[in-house]
Amino acid sequence: MSKGKYGIHGGQYTPETLMNAIIEVEKAYEHYKNDLAFQAELTELLNDYAGRPSRLYFAKKMTADLGGAKVYLKREDLNHTGSHKINNVLGQALLAKKMGKTRLIAETGAGQHGVATATAAALMGFECEIFMGKEDTDRQALNVFRMRLLGAKVHVVTSGTMTLKDAVNETFREWTTRVDDTHYVLGSVMGPHPFPEMVRDFQSVISKEAREQILKKEGKLPDAVIACVGGGSNAIGAFYNFIPDASVRLIGCEAAGKGVDTALHAATIANGSLGIFHGMKSYFCQDEYGQIAPVYSISAGLDYPGIGPEHAYLHDTKRAEYVPITDDEAVAAFEYLSRTEGIIPAIESAHAIAYAMVLAPTMTKDQIIIVNVSGRGDKDVAAIARYKGEDIHE
Amino acid sequence: MSKHIIIEENKISQIFKNQKAFIGFLTAGDPCLSKTEEFILAMAEAGADLIEIGIPFSDPIAEGPVIEAANERALSVGTTTDKIFAMVARVREKTDIPLVFLTYMNPIFVYGVERFFAACEKVGINGAIIPDLPFEEKGEVLSIAHAHEVDVITLIAPTSQDRIQMLAKEATGFIYLVSSMGVTGVRSEIKTDLAAIIADIRQVTQTPVAVGFGIATPEQAATISQFADGVIVGSAIVRIIAEHGAASTEPLTAYVKSMKAALV
Ligand SMILES: Cc1ncc(COP(=O)(O)O)c(C=O)c1O
Repeated sequence: MSKGKYGIHGGQYTPETLMNAIIEVEKAYEHYKNDLAFQAELTELLNDYAGRPSRLYFAKKMTADLGGAKVYLKREDLNHTGSHKINNVLGQALLAKKMGKTRLIAETGAGQHGVATATAAALMGFECEIFMGKEDTDRQALNVFRMRLLGAKVHVVTSGTMTLKDAVNETFREWTTRVDDTHYVLGSVMGPHPFPEMVRDFQSVISKEAREQILKKEGKLPDAVIACVGGGSNAIGAFYNFIPDASVRLIGCEAAGKGVDTALHAATIANGSLGIFHGMKSYFCQDEYGQIAPVYSISAGLDYPGIGPEHAYLHDTKRAEYVPITDDEAVAAFEYLSRTEGIIPAIESAHAIAYAMVLAPTMTKDQIIIVNVSGRGDKDVAAIARYKGEDIHE
Repeated sequence: MSKHIIIEENKISQIFKNQKAFIGFLTAGDPCLSKTEEFILAMAEAGADLIEIGIPFSDPIAEGPVIEAANERALSVGTTTDKIFAMVARVREKTDIPLVFLTYMNPIFVYGVERFFAACEKVGINGAIIPDLPFEEKGEVLSIAHAHEVDVITLIAPTSQDRIQMLAKEATGFIYLVSSMGVTGVRSEIKTDLAAIIADIRQVTQTPVAVGFGIATPEQAATISQFADGVIVGSAIVRIIAEHGAASTEPLTAYVKSMKAALV
């Protein structure tokens, strides 16, 4: 029987060689998610080590400048290691420890998930190997060195398009060769069940906090929550506890690269179609024969040809909306937030900021937008300089 | 349990009757489809009992570097599922050797499951191996494939353990027993206790068991065929094609002959 379904999406499309490993994770997660001691240990790590709860910051200057809805920023960029990825990694690393695993492997795009995994491995005493596409080791060189500094081995993936999708392929291949002592820390709400559900649960702390924080500050729910979408983990984390609140618009921002009418984008909902890949049924950028399309975005973390199955379902049921944001718009937002609020966002998160800049002026002053700032932009500074034609050394 | 399980004889299971079977794999379109056609016929002529034809996929996650590179070569020359069906139709005019497709779920799903298996039946494809379609998900494919007389080949891995009998019970055609952990690729040593796994399988089914992943030499083939019904060779064949390109017919013929002769 097919498990982990979101409407028609999801499932467990995994080679037989990995089925028992995945069932082992599934059983362990089913057990520990209801285990109070496990949850207490995780909460302590999230709070004392990663610095949660993250702030909900009222962006006063941005709000005044845009002249419409009040803009709040959920500051996942202030977490230890600089992004939301740590929320999921601490959960999975703790689970891996309980399962008796001694080695963590992971894919990474922007390098944030790799850094978070290497960090948890250092903290909890795991061996750690990270797979990263060659395109991405070039454009996110700083994070490659951070991972090495933390004691992880970084494998440069040169197959296929040499980006996030290929890093996922390689990590699955690696896991196949060694399941006994190894846990694959998948970095987003994708892959075969139980990953989409487990990663969503670990990330839903974002909306759990944000909902309480906004009710305390404003006495009411926001009108919209905006987040960027690669695989969709920060977005589902930011959306999840607002899903039952029908008045809250949930808006995911996909990478439109050079534009959705060009071949150079990664906008899965805008241009993708139904498929089965990386363990799940969902939407993918692909051709008429089901060959996965090479995708493009300035943002290594959004440069992925698929989207998590729960997002595909939220799209089908129209509970969430997905909008494409181009490189140019994201870079403009990257600079805008830096200058206006003194916050340099990750280029991924800048896609969400960019849409807030479009949406806020169309709303009234008593309305509220929460933007999830999924990460900080230090890693992107050199790439943005290059994008603008400045030749700087990292 | 009864020793006299009646197996439905079909085109695939017949190749295991009174002999050990040699199964060869190649990627369609590597280096081009007209050569694939020639290579299939040459391997059949040289004594192969069944040919697995890989429909190339952009992201073959169960494949090692050798077959992955063949997938990339095939796609780079414009190989498509439709062109492969046309090639198989031409092959079928010249040989009735059983033919099985190996591909991933996405090329089948996006082509349309019904349309795909109807086309298989029309051109005379006898089975399909779909590495990323586990037991738990096969529901959406199996009845359609069977309606078109295509076996969906069951894969069993060294890690299958408590799943082995559940998987084997429903197997038709043959069982593809993965000989070692990891992805496809040539291996110098094969460590897994395959005989024990086969004994497990035999308790619940008479469906023949062929062993693959990492088999390259006649010596390995001889050893494996002592306890398995057949051996499957992929990467070693694809390597020959990678090395000799369009001129692979002769070395492939020699290789297949040597492997078939080694089976006991
Ligand atoms: C800061 C940041 N935001 C967002 C993403 C995209 O991932 P997801 O859609 O899973 O949140 C990444 C991925 O690398 C990231 O580093």
